[in-house]
Amino acid sequence: MTVTEPLLSIEDLEVSFRTEEGTVTPVRGVTLSVRAGETVALVGESGSGKSVTSLATMGLLPRPAGYVSGGHIWLRQRSGARIDLAQASAGDLRRLRGAEIAMIFQEPMTSLNPVLTVGEQIAESVRLHLGLGRADAHRRAREMLELVEIPDARRRVDDYPHQMSGGMRQRVMIALAMSCNPSLLIADEPTTALDVTIQAQILALIERLRRENGMGVLFITHNLGVVAEIADRVTVMYAGEVVESAPVRPIFQAPRHPYTRALLDCLPARAARGPDGRRRVKSIPGLVSRAGVGCGFASRCEHATEACRDGVVGLENEPERIVRCLRWREIA
Amino acid sequence: MNAPLLEVEGLTKHFGSGPAPVRAVEGVSFAIRPGEVLGLVGESGSGKSTIGRLVLRLLEPTAGAIRFAGEDIARAPERRLKPFRRRAQMVFQDPYASLNPRLRVRDIVGEALDAHSLARGRRRERVGELLELVGLPAAHMTRFPHEFSGGQRQRIGLARALAVEPELIVADEPVSALDVSVQAQALNLMQDLRARLNLAMLFISHDLDVVELMCDRIAVLYLGRVMEIGTAEQVTQRPRHPYTQALLAASPKADPDAPKLTRLLKGDIPSPIAPPSGCVFRTRCPYATPACAEVIPPLRDSGEGGAYACILDSIPERTEAA
Repeated sequence: MTVTEPLLSIEDLEVSFRTEEGTVTPVRGVTLSVRAGETVALVGESGSGKSVTSLATMGLLPRPAGYVSGGHIWLRQRSGARIDLAQASAGDLRRLRGAEIAMIFQEPMTSLNPVLTVGEQIAESVRLHLGLGRADAHRRAREMLELVEIPDARRRVDDYPHQMSGGMRQRVMIALAMSCNPSLLIADEPTTALDVTIQAQILALIERLRRENGMGVLFITHNLGVVAEIADRVTVMYAGEVVESAPVRPIFQAPRHPYTRALLDCLPARAARGPDGRRRVKSIPGLVSRAGVGCGFASRCEHATEACRDGVVGLENEPERIVRCLRWREIA
Repeated sequence: MNAPLLEVEGLTKHFGSGPAPVRAVEGVSFAIRPGEVLGLVGESGSGKSTIGRLVLRLLEPTAGAIRFAGEDIARAPERRLKPFRRRAQMVFQDPYASLNPRLRVRDIVGEALDAHSLARGRRRERVGELLELVGLPAAHMTRFPHEFSGGQRQRIGLARALAVEPELIVADEPVSALDVSVQAQALNLMQDLRARLNLAMLFISHDLDVVELMCDRIAVLYLGRVMEIGTAEQVTQRPRHPYTQALLAASPKADPDAPKLTRLLKGDIPSPIAPPSGCVFRTRCPYATPACAEVIPPLRDSGEGGAYACILDSIPERTEAA
């Protein structure tokens, strides 16, 4: 086995939900990988399927309605053996969560237990996964709070979540996630609810922990500024599918998929001055709609042809880049 | 030179009484000319939303003056505010919470007309015009809010605000709940409406890129006080106040080759119940000196009508700050 073999490799993932009106498939055709020591940003707007993808990876889809209906989620374990998380038993998933894969969420207040001190929550996790005794677990909890740069950790370890600010709570979430040394961290919009000066602190913290521990990070966000700041590689999702994947520079400087290009042009920082002297941004006409066949973006794409609407549009593999578009070479 | 449409002087709002009220807004002053857009930027607790509500007298100020077209708004009794209520309107952040789910769009927008006895006898026609003004088909007036997307609902909120032909709109984070592609449509629509209707706006946002795009001038707030005010170009390109610099430096740029976030501000925003003495920013300021704890820095002229509240004569350039 080589070192470059991905830690996480999602292949053609499809996730379905059973509803009263029949089965819906909000995610299909998701292919992405995360190597040890790198940060991969998973980008998309509301309803693109990025959070469903991360929940499927953690085995946290709401059961029994949600289930993986196709594809694989390969995780390389510490032992070196590969396991398909899409097929893993509940017991295997419980063993892996926390110990090998950890997750942090957007709103730390709803992910922390309000009736336990933050120290107790970290201690509970390390006793469970690392088998530490009570005193060692408490010491480990304090060390973890110091690791995430919480000032006066010795005292704050006995605080309840409500006694902390949003930024401090997110640090606790990260401490909790890091407490068992995961090899993969899934971060779902971890800074979206925070002020920018606090967001900058949390991004720097995640970056430092990644560097020191060599873990892989799957960073889910809608914020392209954050992507440029933190990602080594970027995977863009639209309407439940991966449409493009590439290292961070090519994504921003030479995007290939029309959606990636249009999304970047929507940024206020890229606005151009109109004839009335006021600045305008380019916008994408219409709304996200998921047609049965063809390219999901075709109805909003300025380059779409009949073939885009009617045919199956697969992922094309290029060196260091994948694109789901029939016409990307012509329009590049 | 136009006389200001809105003038705010020494505006102060404390919530709660007793020895330790929440000092949400402390001595804020600014002016907006007809057709001008002033941006209010700041983080949580900066007082930006409170200022928006005070300006419209949705909250009672603790102290300070608010004048709209020369008339005192801060002290006027509610019954005398009706003409003002037609001339100044609000657009809210959450397009889900700010529309009555039981009313059809026709009545959501029509209510505003009825309240001011406008478009009598041609209500339906006027609602249709307003919907078309914000880029929605007039035929959608019979629908309920839940039948629209977030971006479309924000347009309905705009149509309602525009129904009374206001001269001033207070927009509190109007695009923050929207996805980037939908946000782009909403920003362009607001730019079009500004130009067409000569609207003045108080544009409240935490997003510096959005504020730079939309605003003629920007006021930067921290813990209820103005740290810096000036033209959009002045504030974003040549910031004078250390907090403005820090805020700009902390905002991630959508460019992988931009300088990485360095020189981070340490610590959390202090509580507005017990703000620091002297300069409220000094506890996080990388350049703070003992003198900063002594006096509340007065606003100093920075040229082009701009001002900043810092006692230091010079601070290192942003580029050298790393």
